Amino acid sequence: MSVSGTQETQSTKESANGPLGEARHVRFLFLTIGPIIAALITSGLVLVAFGINPITYYTFVMQKGLFSGLGLEQTLTRMAPLLFLAAGLIVSFRAGIWNLGIDGQFLLGAVASAALAPALLGVVQGWLMLLLGFALAALVGAIWSILPALLRAYQGVNEIITTLMMTFLGVSLANVLVKLIFLDPDTTVPQTRTLPVVDRLPRLFDTTISSGLIWALGAVLLVHLVMTRTAFGLKLRTVGANPLAAAHAGLSVPRLTTAVFALSAGFAGLAGASEILGVNGNVPADWNPAYGLMVIPLVFLARFHGVGSIVLVFFYSALLIGSESAARRVGVPQDFTLVLVATLLIFLGLAEWLDHRRRKGSG
Amino acid sequence: MDGLLTAAFLSSLLTGAIVAGIPILLAGLGEQMSEKAGVLNIGIEGMMIFGAYLGFLTAWSTESLWLGFLGGMVGGMVVAGLMVLLCVRLGLNQIVIGIGLTLGAEGLTSLLHHFQFSRTYPRLPAPDRLDLAILTDIPVIGPSLFARHPIVYLALISVIVLTWAYKRTNLGLTLRAAGEKPAALDVSGGNVVRIRTVAVLFTGAMAGLGGAYMANIAAGLFIPFMTGGAGFIGIVLAMLARGHPLWVLIGALIFGVALSLTTALQVAGSNVPTDVIQMLPFAAVMLVLVIWGRKARLPAALGLSYERGAR
Repeated sequence: MSVSGTQETQSTKESANGPLGEARHVRFLFLTIGPIIAALITSGLVLVAFGINPITYYTFVMQKGLFSGLGLEQTLTRMAPLLFLAAGLIVSFRAGIWNLGIDGQFLLGAVASAALAPALLGVVQGWLMLLLGFALAALVGAIWSILPALLRAYQGVNEIITTLMMTFLGVSLANVLVKLIFLDPDTTVPQTRTLPVVDRLPRLFDTTISSGLIWALGAVLLVHLVMTRTAFGLKLRTVGANPLAAAHAGLSVPRLTTAVFALSAGFAGLAGASEILGVNGNVPADWNPAYGLMVIPLVFLARFHGVGSIVLVFFYSALLIGSESAARRVGVPQDFTLVLVATLLIFLGLAEWLDHRRRKGSG
Repeated sequence: MDGLLTAAFLSSLLTGAIVAGIPILLAGLGEQMSEKAGVLNIGIEGMMIFGAYLGFLTAWSTESLWLGFLGGMVGGMVVAGLMVLLCVRLGLNQIVIGIGLTLGAEGLTSLLHHFQFSRTYPRLPAPDRLDLAILTDIPVIGPSLFARHPIVYLALISVIVLTWAYKRTNLGLTLRAAGEKPAALDVSGGNVVRIRTVAVLFTGAMAGLGGAYMANIAAGLFIPFMTGGAGFIGIVLAMLARGHPLWVLIGALIFGVALSLTTALQVAGSNVPTDVIQMLPFAAVMLVLVIWGRKARLPAALGLSYERGAR
């Protein structure tokens, strides 16, 4: 006990003098920038093995995704659905719930908004129509999480399995809806009716950036503040950290669990709507961008932090846009981004392990 | 709909159930051992796809299906080896690393295929079949059940062997201890890390074999992302089977029937949309979970890394 006591006084002294702040800085760099650099190098070695110059590839991707005007606009537009998904994941992960079903919730939200918006055109216009589209998408996304939510809250069934199952179901159901019910009779391409460009979310200023970006940024920041600064957020985090303690503290764990699912899936639905009402205008048959599995690692890497998630989503979005055109020009399939994200996850884990060991060793 | 119960329909349904069910069976049996030992192996999808790739490549270059299966097992075990290192030895989060390994294996095999075969998909010659003489001549079930590649029967035998091993051997007891109360196993002189290592490597071998079966026997070729969630279905089966290998087999056959219903219905001339039928197995799992969810018992220490002396 005495040992830890002296150390405590030491660290208080240090923080007063400043060096601890510096140490925290170094630790942040080590835990966040370190894995990114290690992942870029390892994945670069994979490229070398295939006879591709990684520097050429990375430069090309950065030029396309970050430093060309149109590329940057595409990157910022692509961020909107990814950020809505990140908002949903921050809620569920901070509350200790593994919502791995966001792809299904995303797709059904997208289909719901794609079905509603063109149908409303003659009735309501402008903001009200878009608002209704977003609201329905959030509702449908939330509905798609009811079963996993109730099973987890009242039966204790592992949500990883149920949400994965609901995603498989949701992908097929979205296809059924597109092909059989909401099919556009006026085209031969199997897809839903197209929302005219003028009726979609407005673009920002004179660019091609969809204003969905603003709403998505707002969603992530709002979620971050609610989870870290409000009583409701504290309740959810308590449930996540220790359900037993939360129950002892008088919290209704099943009800809060259900709320987490509804919020998380609702944001996934909004992500779908932002892609349809902001950018694509319709849902083609067999469409599944599967953003979800990729956003999960990003939110993890940001340690469920809102601003951190925004920064990482920005770079990931640039990577997506850049690698799409690199697939055509440099001849590296876009699936390379999977390797990059996978190595990033592994190095993130390793960095945390090293950090944990170092702190245990010194403390 | 009078065509539904014809011999051709039943025969293609039964064949499809086996062809689609065997990879899921192998994955489910593998996952079951990991889960028994306390490791939730989400990376199994990655082990399957890597097994499918390496298994296909071996079979394609050596022209031997058996070497192909061996290659598949090795491929699965390579990914499993990473899982052992990161999750069992270093104790990293099993779900995060599992997702990472799945993404990485999918991306890497897709790249490997691209740089090797570009846009072509070379085919393997049709596999030899075990011909059980008179049995094969039984109408309907004969060709479906008794004219399959020997690996199918080995998979079925493994169900019996595993059931025996879990119930009657020290290995079974040790596995359960590692999953239920690793500290107790440690105190009684067992080695938690070693038994979990064995279990995860076994999972890799089984999942890799399942992937190789998909590529070499079921499809005869390798396509990136071809496992399409079979590993995840294996995880579900293992969770629902409550430790009984026989239940994994039953579940795998039910999934096999549902997955092959599309082709069988096309044979029968019905035109139910494929997307509707593809929903059936997943809807069935959700239904099972709604009815028996409370009973899907999992080992107490599942998903938790073991660190001696930690509380």
